[in-house]
Amino acid sequence: MTASSYGGRPGTAARAARRRAVLHWIAVHALAVAAALFFVLPFVFVLLTSLMSDQQALTRDLVPRTWEWENYTRVLDTPGFLTWWRNTLLYAGLGTVLTVVSSIPVAYALAKFRFRGRRLTMMLVISMMMLPPQVIIIPMYLFWAKELDLAGSLWPLIIPMAFGDAFSVFLLRQFLLTVPDEYLDAARVDGCGEVRTLLRVVLPMAKPGIAAVALFQFFYAWNDYFGPQIYASENPAAWTLSYGLESFKGAHHTDWNLTMAATVLVMAPVILVFFFAQRAFVEGVTLTGVKG
Amino acid sequence: MTRTTRITRTATYTLRSKRRRSALRTVAFLSPWLIGFGVFFAYPLISTIYFSFMKYDGFRPPVPNGLENWTYVFTEYRLFWPALQNTLWLVVVMVGCRVVFGLGVGLLVIRIKSGGRVFRTLFYLPHLAPPVAATLAFVFLLNPGTGPVNSVLETLGLPAPGWFTDPDWSRPALTVLALWGIGDLMVIFMAALLDVPKEQYEAAELDGASAFGKFRHITLPHISPIVLFAVVTGVIQTMQYYTQPLVAGKVASGIIGGSGQQFEPGYPENSTVTLPQLVYDIGFQRFDYGAAAVVALVLFALSMLFTALLMRRRSGLLGPGD
Repeated sequence: MTASSYGGRPGTAARAARRRAVLHWIAVHALAVAAALFFVLPFVFVLLTSLMSDQQALTRDLVPRTWEWENYTRVLDTPGFLTWWRNTLLYAGLGTVLTVVSSIPVAYALAKFRFRGRRLTMMLVISMMMLPPQVIIIPMYLFWAKELDLAGSLWPLIIPMAFGDAFSVFLLRQFLLTVPDEYLDAARVDGCGEVRTLLRVVLPMAKPGIAAVALFQFFYAWNDYFGPQIYASENPAAWTLSYGLESFKGAHHTDWNLTMAATVLVMAPVILVFFFAQRAFVEGVTLTGVKG
Repeated sequence: MTRTTRITRTATYTLRSKRRRSALRTVAFLSPWLIGFGVFFAYPLISTIYFSFMKYDGFRPPVPNGLENWTYVFTEYRLFWPALQNTLWLVVVMVGCRVVFGLGVGLLVIRIKSGGRVFRTLFYLPHLAPPVAATLAFVFLLNPGTGPVNSVLETLGLPAPGWFTDPDWSRPALTVLALWGIGDLMVIFMAALLDVPKEQYEAAELDGASAFGKFRHITLPHISPIVLFAVVTGVIQTMQYYTQPLVAGKVASGIIGGSGQQFEPGYPENSTVTLPQLVYDIGFQRFDYGAAAVVALVLFALSMLFTALLMRRRSGLLGPGD
């Protein structure tokens, strides 16, 4: 092929553009694979270590020589482990239900009612949402432990969820703002009171928002370490997975394989739930972040 | 009384009662949160202020002691200044890295043509890992003696740092852990990037703009409110940074155990201590609730300072309708 025929042909520009597109495709996917390794490899190493023998976990080996599946039964047989599961489910499950039920009316009022002090209320909701839990923990602990004698249980963590969690209110309100007012007006013209409008018209439309709030709240409780540390640490029967996991490492000082198996067992439900509810998550994260 | 005045009077009466009814309705709907606000925000905050001027160990009744708690925290409590310094370090380096990396991954993810959904899921998953589990995993992975990361680094002939056991490397190690959980920022940036009008890119391409030029002059101005949002929420999260540095310090030092055992946060050499850990340390391990209240108030002041930024009209969480 001569130089003249190369340069003179029509479509060279198109071919160059296509070559650029291919190179771009390759570059993007190479970067994506590199990023995927960074995000996935820790999981892989944890999983592999969880299947090693006690001795091998202390070496620099990356792949198990013998696959010790019974590490998992050993973890599940550890006294307390199943209790931590039950407690975590109680805290996360009951807490989520209470949060959703108590936050919906508040979010609805903030999204759809016009009243004096609405801006102020929103400001206070956001302030509460951003408040580090440690700021108010001293009087709260004294209140639950000394006045109500509930230290050593998860109730000081669950009961407050019946009073409208600030983050959930905020997230739900962002969602309800996207529900058109016309639907509400139509319901009101038909003679629905506010409660019925909320239950019959708004809630069915708000299902994705409610799902996002429920998921975030569930994972918050599942992952919470500080709360159980304050209220439940003195009573091992009230420990949750997050809190128990760390002490598990303490009891099995050198057994990284068992610790990693326990880590897998604590992470697994989170990942499983995520696969069933990806959309709700993404929608929820987007709603909290994007504001014009 | 004439007919007309009676009518106007009934009209004003019904209007007023309607207004009162709607106010009652608003209060009724808000009531769960109003109670929550009083019991879990206003009351404990006022109590914390009260305790900050009291000597109180939880057993003997509180005794007023003026500014003693305040001077103790600022001049004698040896973890206070390291905690403040660490927070500053984390705000600059960790928040900075998270925002840049999150934006980078967001830019990458919207360009992936094949398998985009799979990649997005993989990038998001670590964000969900429970902090205690993720921290345990990273202390193991970065373990200088047996961890796979240093094995790989040494095989490649690279220096293998002590990570969580070296005071110069413990915060970078925490930063790596934080970068692993970038999923939330990726999603937020992705949504923002997809919102940038495509026509502007096309117009810029006709003008022969470079990729960097397009990013600098089109993308960045469009997403700058989201970048600001990410920075400010990052700073607020750093004010609450608790579980990861505490668990990393405990596990790396080998001083663990659920109950009974005391652990002074900050291992190694105060490098991982943060303000929220101090509240626990003074309040619940040293039983000095007064001094703990002082730290809590410092934490409160800092958090609210940045929260105020989030509530500004243009850049924040309050919309134009509020």
